[in-house]
Amino acid sequence: METPETLFIQYFNEESRPLAFYQKNMAGYTAVKKALTLSPDDIISEMKKSNMRGRGGAGFPTGMKWGFIPKQSPKAKYLVCNADESEPGTFKDRDIMRYTPHLLIEGMVIGGFAIGAHHGYIYIRGEYTREAKLLDQAIQEAYDAGYLGKNIQGSGFDFDLTVHRGAGAYICGEETGLLNSLEGKRGEPRVKPPFPAQAGAFGGPTIVNNVETLAAVPYIINRGGEWFSGLGKLEKSGGTRLFCVSGHVKKPGVYELGAGSVTLRQLIYDHCHGILGDKKLKAVIPGGSSAPVLTADEIDVIADIEPLMKIGTMLGSAAILVVSEDYCVVKLLQRITRFYAHESCGQCTPCREGCKWMEDIIERIEHGHGREEDLAMLLDISNNISGRTLCALGDAAAGPVMSFVKKFRADFEAHIRGGKCPNV
Amino acid sequence: MGKKLLSEKFYSAMTTLESRYPSKVALLLPALHAAQDEFGWLSPEILEEVGDFIGIHPAQVREVASFYTMYNLKPVGKYHLKVCTNVACCLRGSEELVQHCEKKFGIQVGETTRDKKFTLVEEECLGACGTAPAMMLNDDYHENLTVSKLDQLLDHLE
Repeated sequence: METPETLFIQYFNEESRPLAFYQKNMAGYTAVKKALTLSPDDIISEMKKSNMRGRGGAGFPTGMKWGFIPKQSPKAKYLVCNADESEPGTFKDRDIMRYTPHLLIEGMVIGGFAIGAHHGYIYIRGEYTREAKLLDQAIQEAYDAGYLGKNIQGSGFDFDLTVHRGAGAYICGEETGLLNSLEGKRGEPRVKPPFPAQAGAFGGPTIVNNVETLAAVPYIINRGGEWFSGLGKLEKSGGTRLFCVSGHVKKPGVYELGAGSVTLRQLIYDHCHGILGDKKLKAVIPGGSSAPVLTADEIDVIADIEPLMKIGTMLGSAAILVVSEDYCVVKLLQRITRFYAHESCGQCTPCREGCKWMEDIIERIEHGHGREEDLAMLLDISNNISGRTLCALGDAAAGPVMSFVKKFRADFEAHIRGGKCPNV
Repeated sequence: MGKKLLSEKFYSAMTTLESRYPSKVALLLPALHAAQDEFGWLSPEILEEVGDFIGIHPAQVREVASFYTMYNLKPVGKYHLKVCTNVACCLRGSEELVQHCEKKFGIQVGETTRDKKFTLVEEECLGACGTAPAMMLNDDYHENLTVSKLDQLLDHLE
């Protein structure tokens, strides 16, 4: 093939959704038949070879995660799909669920078999009402065709799958908050350890994987871990990636490219055709709104896990938010911080109090009432949140504040000294 | 307790769903969604009935329901406008949409019009950033919005 291979994007349209299409054009449910003849260990080993790293944001190697599940367990094991897609800027899983739901379902049956789970849940964010209905329909199709339920394809393996809707809470994208929410509780993250692989959903060993991660599993089983790994251009990062590009670009949307094959500049200027109105680029947030911000001269970096980590930010959910020169970065940070203050679950004092304080301070700077000492105070508060909370929300709120103040200090100082936004 | 407020349909759907979970409390979120679908909001009486069904105290139902933004613990208008104003939508002009709605309906964010027709809220990221600005009108997404597209949509509502 001349153009690089893609797994998802060519199917992102309504026609791809039905089971009949999936079976006819996407080798649908051939991977599960193959997987059911393999041993769970073989499947996990194939996943390890694939160098698939979780697509939800943390980038943890999927094969290794599956390997953590105890072989024997007195309690039922579960496979849970994190379809909360709550990190601002992320909108790829929605396309997988509405256009290629059977890839996800088949991936979950295989995952369930590999870890010894007989029930899976797709925890989908409450706002995706339509996608939840479409998933329910696809699941029914799979039951009717014998790909879910008892004795799947005569293998003796049983697997049930249930869609569980969230109800509007960012924190439920955090896997232990998600599990509490699945159990009918407030979505407050748990103290770890125990990790979900030891005690997750309903106290049983549980694996939580992102939608894109699970939807790639049928490809990995059918074509092999090595093939999948080779789609990526870096040593420890296999497959293709769905990048979500939004904000001030001419062509926002989902782009699928080999992991590690593209720089942020190429994504923004080649794939998305540059900045709206051909304006200058001001800032890029490369991994969802939690990721520390980059300036316009930092974008010649490969958009993948390690390269972005090296320059102090993160790939996260591969959600790239692009900001042009005429948008006020103070206002942008105010919006981001308001979000985290709103979404803090309130369990940990540094996050609950600190996020609100940061919001208030940035708001007064934005409104022209900033004080000289405010920037030092912001850095002090963010330092005191970071690393001092049960889950990553604290760090997610602190990272943007630290990076915006560091990289756009002049903009903040101009607001404080001039009493207003210099761009207005 | 007195006559049940939730429908037969609610109870039969919940009974079907019960076999999907190892604990009955796990039915709480689905039950609250289904109850809200019937009444548009979750009154104290409904919270109590949901608690009775699951076998938990109404305070526990409220504790959970109040954690999630999608459960309406106060009545909302016939049309619930949830305009996303998170980063991507903000960059694409969602503030203008919110201000337009406030002016058009003569209400502030968080309020309902006196005729109970419209409730306006700001929403956090809806996961439609590639087609920003976006909003939800009841359960439906509307994307790539402009003020004139919004007007067209709203002016056709009965």
